[in-house]
Amino acid sequence: MKANGKVFKYGDNVDTDVIIPARYLNVPDPSELAKHCMEDIDTEFAGKVKKGDIIVATKNFGCGSSREHAPIAIKACGVSCVIAETFARIFYRNAINIGLPIIECPEAAKSIEAGDEVEIDFDSGMIKNVTKNESYQGQAFPEFMQKIIKAEGLINYINE
Amino acid sequence: MGMTMTQKILAKHAGLEKVEAGQLIMAKLDLVLGNDVTAPVAIGEMKKMNKKDVFDKDKIALVMDHFTPCKDIKSAQLSKCAREFAHEHNITHFYETGEVGIEHALLPEKGLVVAGDVVIGADSHTCTYGALGAFSTGVGSTDMAAGMATGEAWFKVPSAIKFNLTGKPAKWVSGKDIILYIIGLIGVDGALYRSMEFVGDGIAHLSMDDRFAMANMAIEAGGKNGIFPVDEKTIEYMKEHSNREFEVFEADADAEYDEEYTIDLSKLRPIVSFPHLPENTKTIDEVGDVKIDQVVIGSCTNGRIEDMRIAAKVLEGRHVAPGVRTIIFPATQAVYLQAIEEGLMSTFIKAGAAVSTPTCGPCLGGHMGILAEGERAIATTNRNFVGRMGHPDSEVYLASPAVAAASAVTGKISGPEELGL
Repeated sequence: MKANGKVFKYGDNVDTDVIIPARYLNVPDPSELAKHCMEDIDTEFAGKVKKGDIIVATKNFGCGSSREHAPIAIKACGVSCVIAETFARIFYRNAINIGLPIIECPEAAKSIEAGDEVEIDFDSGMIKNVTKNESYQGQAFPEFMQKIIKAEGLINYINE
Repeated sequence: MGMTMTQKILAKHAGLEKVEAGQLIMAKLDLVLGNDVTAPVAIGEMKKMNKKDVFDKDKIALVMDHFTPCKDIKSAQLSKCAREFAHEHNITHFYETGEVGIEHALLPEKGLVVAGDVVIGADSHTCTYGALGAFSTGVGSTDMAAGMATGEAWFKVPSAIKFNLTGKPAKWVSGKDIILYIIGLIGVDGALYRSMEFVGDGIAHLSMDDRFAMANMAIEAGGKNGIFPVDEKTIEYMKEHSNREFEVFEADADAEYDEEYTIDLSKLRPIVSFPHLPENTKTIDEVGDVKIDQVVIGSCTNGRIEDMRIAAKVLEGRHVAPGVRTIIFPATQAVYLQAIEEGLMSTFIKAGAAVSTPTCGPCLGGHMGILAEGERAIATTNRNFVGRMGHPDSEVYLASPAVAAASAVTGKISGPEELGL
């Protein structure tokens, strides 16, 4: 499994309230949520993001509320992967459970800049920065989580 | 090497003699919780599953507390979805307007959680039940769906940080101040993926409501759960509220902790968290001149009877400052009724505060007290992120009920001492 796209870069503690503000949680439809993704920290994100693009952030991405609407909104925007130095634990779990690939990699989180083109190999956890011609070794998923991601989420995995 | 309190509870529910930090386990669940925002997503996921039935109709709680009484048509549709599911599956514990309270105040009050339980909830503040000596943690809607269908959830066994609490807190220093102090100390990711285990002789001085407020905010330090040992107060609370049998777990004497902190509660001052992270803490003495437009007293952190009593003690015979909208939310119907019977509601209304039916409402910027651009609130809630209570350019300051009530009177962030209390 591979991904390739342009990077949107954010800082520490991007919380799920800014990923998808509560005022939009009265509708669970992914395409509606996608329209407002990241709105409170980046009003341009939802308009600019293209299928395959990648979000890179530093510490504690996805902290706060357990709303699964946050990874759902990111996935529905077409984002192929989120790379961060660390993730908040509920977001981490939710992303895996809905089949949104995420990778912890402090080096990549530090070096990659907004607009860089990045390629990711999920099987090996290798992250390649095409723009800067650099590579970073991210944490590959444990086998159990790879199976959930490949099944595109926990529910399909349980059904299988 | 021994096990922490959390590890012992998880081992028991996984049917294992022993577990270690980092181990992946499958654990049996005593309760699965969802609300009007998260349950409809879980119900949608459950419909995709081959297994259509719930594992136990008595071990699922559906609490319509976030956007209720329904604020608009879309949120009414969410409650309707959960209500129909509850009826279809004969769910015993379905609560909505008239009976509903804020989930994390309601469930312990109804006796649905006791010591030794393992609980997951599709709400991050599910960690509140650690106050009762239970393992409880927030999850998303898909985990909730899987939990409702199978009665199990996978966990990575957490390591732990030990907080040794000593001494007696001074007047006007509450559980809220202690947990804000701790979050300021270790940061919003200071306990990431880990348990926060509270121990020490200082706990005897903390009421159950103090402990609920503290366990509630473990998530604001990134914690998987926050947990208290079971003592006489816990047992008294459980006997008063529940008929269920409970099991008391204690950490082994040789349990290993990643870090240990000792905190002398007698030295703490009331704490205020500045925007836009709960870790941006200052003591009340360091706050300076911060004028406010709105005060919110309530939420799953501080909407219990003791919080109402403290707020009333400060507001008794006083009036809120001109132009300061003060909104008070008892967390459950029982708290509301008790507050009426004790005369606290008269105090609030005479002081110029509005009182609301139980709802999560303004805490998450849902309804019932949304901030406009540039406005500032002090709230007894749990998060002060960008846009949390309304406009992205509004601000939320977190504090105890005593500080919030005193601030309502002065119109700027103040401690009760400023009123001569």
